[in-house]
Amino acid sequence: MATPNVYRGTGFDFSNHNRNEFLSNKGFPVPKAQSTGTTIVGCLFKGGVVLGADTRATAGPIVADKNCEKIHYLTESIRCCGAGTAADTEFTTALISSNLELHALSTGRKPHVVTAMTMLKQMLFRYQGHVGAALVLGGIDATGPHLFTIHPHGSTDKLPYVTMGSGSLAAMGVFESGWKADMERQDAVDIVCKAIEAGIFNDLGSGSNVDVCVITPEGTDMMRNYRKPNERVQKERNYKFRPGTTAWKKETIRKLVVEETVTYISGNAGTTAAEGGDAMDTS
Amino acid sequence: MSDLMAHPYHQYHPQQPQQRQFNPYTENGGTILAIAGADFSVIAGDTRQSEGYSIQTRYAPKVFKLTDKAVLAVNGFAADGNMFVKKVKQRLEWYRHAHSKDMPLRAIARMIQTMLYAQRFFPYYVYNILGGIEEDGTGAVYSFDPVGSYEREACRAAGAASALVQPFLDNQIYFKNQTPALGSAHPTHLPLRHVVELVIDSFTGATERHIEVGDSLEMYIVLARGRSLQGLEGLKDVRELSTPGSNGERLFVLRKPLKRD
Amino acid sequence: MDHFPTNWGRPRNDAVDAYNTYPLHSRPVHHDSFADGVQRTQQPIVTGTSVLAIRYKDGVMMAADTLASYGSLARFKDVTRLHAVGDYTILGAGGDMSDFQYLKSVLNDLIIDEFTQADGHALGPSEIFEVLSGIMYGRRSKFNPLWNSLLVGGFKDGKSFLAYVDLLGTTYKDNAIATGYGAYIALPLLREIMDAKGPENISEEEARSMLTESMKVLFYRDARSLNKFQIGKITATGVEISDAISVPTEWAFAEKIRGYGAQTQ
Repeated sequence: MATPNVYRGTGFDFSNHNRNEFLSNKGFPVPKAQSTGTTIVGCLFKGGVVLGADTRATAGPIVADKNCEKIHYLTESIRCCGAGTAADTEFTTALISSNLELHALSTGRKPHVVTAMTMLKQMLFRYQGHVGAALVLGGIDATGPHLFTIHPHGSTDKLPYVTMGSGSLAAMGVFESGWKADMERQDAVDIVCKAIEAGIFNDLGSGSNVDVCVITPEGTDMMRNYRKPNERVQKERNYKFRPGTTAWKKETIRKLVVEETVTYISGNAGTTAAEGGDAMDTS
Repeated sequence: MSDLMAHPYHQYHPQQPQQRQFNPYTENGGTILAIAGADFSVIAGDTRQSEGYSIQTRYAPKVFKLTDKAVLAVNGFAADGNMFVKKVKQRLEWYRHAHSKDMPLRAIARMIQTMLYAQRFFPYYVYNILGGIEEDGTGAVYSFDPVGSYEREACRAAGAASALVQPFLDNQIYFKNQTPALGSAHPTHLPLRHVVELVIDSFTGATERHIEVGDSLEMYIVLARGRSLQGLEGLKDVRELSTPGSNGERLFVLRKPLKRD
Repeated sequence: MDHFPTNWGRPRNDAVDAYNTYPLHSRPVHHDSFADGVQRTQQPIVTGTSVLAIRYKDGVMMAADTLASYGSLARFKDVTRLHAVGDYTILGAGGDMSDFQYLKSVLNDLIIDEFTQADGHALGPSEIFEVLSGIMYGRRSKFNPLWNSLLVGGFKDGKSFLAYVDLLGTTYKDNAIATGYGAYIALPLLREIMDAKGPENISEEEARSMLTESMKVLFYRDARSLNKFQIGKITATGVEISDAISVPTEWAFAEKIRGYGAQTQ
């Protein structure tokens, strides 16, 4: 008799694919993934690299998360901004982060940025764009600072300044008019911040705060919520509800104190624990 | 290619271009709402006009004064909205010339219905909310669908964030899902100040959670003939549109910035 | 192998390439124009890209490059897309150039009609915009749109005017407006300065440098643009449309780029 295989292979599980296709042909909608209709950027400067991201996550026109973190950790000196399907960017970067750690352990060296880039592009290419991750990868290694973009189909670019996501055009406008080679650290942070703000205020898919991450040979400075240009104002009223506001159809009161009767096998029979009685002999 | 051309059909019908049918509509985002009180009416909308992920402008009004006691908010396809308001205003002017008075609110509502239904098979892609004061001095709100179905209500939200705002209004205006304290009842009408605060919170809330809502809030407040200004005192950014101290209905506009992201 | 050069380097599906016109070989063939009534739907053929405009202290300034594209082919490189209408208005056009030429002739007739009235009235920018948006909305309502995004800038009676209308009849007014790719790439730059200062605090030189810088950025990133553009201004002294200008561009950084990944040489 054939038994179902209880062992799973590695990687994605496609066993629901046929069922889901059937359902969607019947008109049952495919659930909508949360996406980060995002502005993410990166910029090289004298001796390092700066990454930037907004913090809005959307599901269609609805803001799903007002302060999400889009600059993901790969290694201590390599970080990756993600745009596209939120789950894909998170899992892809987490997976590559794990593999880079193993790679570092087995080689005894710090991973190169190109290694991370190659691992990411090979994974994305394998999935032919179905893993919807659009990434800005930046970091420092033994060969210096590096900056890449990786598209969902696996193509890459290596440029001194890059942008991705729905706000990429707004952000690129800022870079094209203000970028200079070999900028000082603060100038690079400023232009990255300005590029993200251009996305936040001009692209509806981007919003809320600015995250900035500066990576130099001295270390990585993750500046979460570097700018907060969109704080919510105080509400006019407060919406505390009086206890008893919610209607109910049935009332059940359960006693949560458990009473138990302890019957001693020898002597003191019938004495309950609740009533007290002689102390237990614990000798 | 050769396969395609060998097929007899293609010998008589050379490859047709993919016709991308011209779509005469678009959505321009934003949200409107109106709330009627016992002797006032509040009609509000945000001022962002967008298409796709772009903000076209941060200030394009969606709320329009029709008469001294009627205000119309339009939301949906902006070009249709502007054209519709233009035609409503034109009809109201003709009415003034014919009858030497302003058209009553309930008559404007019925007229809007017929104007919308006249376009039943090429509709104005617009949600309308009409607010103002009835001839009996009560505050009123009329809401319409794009082809003219309408009803009088105490409150209504429409547009991009209607699904966020309407449940809030149902809870706070109609007291849905709220049981009153023993021996008391929910009020049938809320005071003006309370309503203004609810409208502001509706829009700051919608701005937080809907990407197409923001930039600024424009709120029209119509007070019934002879009503005091109670509820407006201390409010910043309020401007009177009617002649101050006139003994007719009085009209005020309140403008407030919203978040721009 | 696709043997049609006009398809090379372009998206595989023309239906999703919103920024292009139809390629040469697949222009619509109409065997019988009256087969299904009359021809209504169309698509742009020879197109212009972005138009930028801002309000400033003395009036309105507008910029557009002089390229008219035929799909991805840079077909005509000396086409004026800024047009004076009467004495107080500039019209800037993106989209289909033949529709733009038609509009120019309609507006020219309008100006002549108004002139021959000799009633002491002249059409200002707001009147011209009203007529224009009426035409655009009317044509979309007949399912036969004029395939353009238009900017109307003007100055009359001490007031400046800047507004947008497109093939759907959608309109709006603002201190800084851009059409086409300009709305994505250049408008954020224009808005940043406009929001910080306001139109009344922007001088003519500053307005000019804002637009030149934006046109340069668009030349870097809009594949259907050209480093040859005109700047038009409209102030109390009237309409002025410049000759074609080009700006110096910077490509030194390209020297240092090696490959797209692991390559170092």
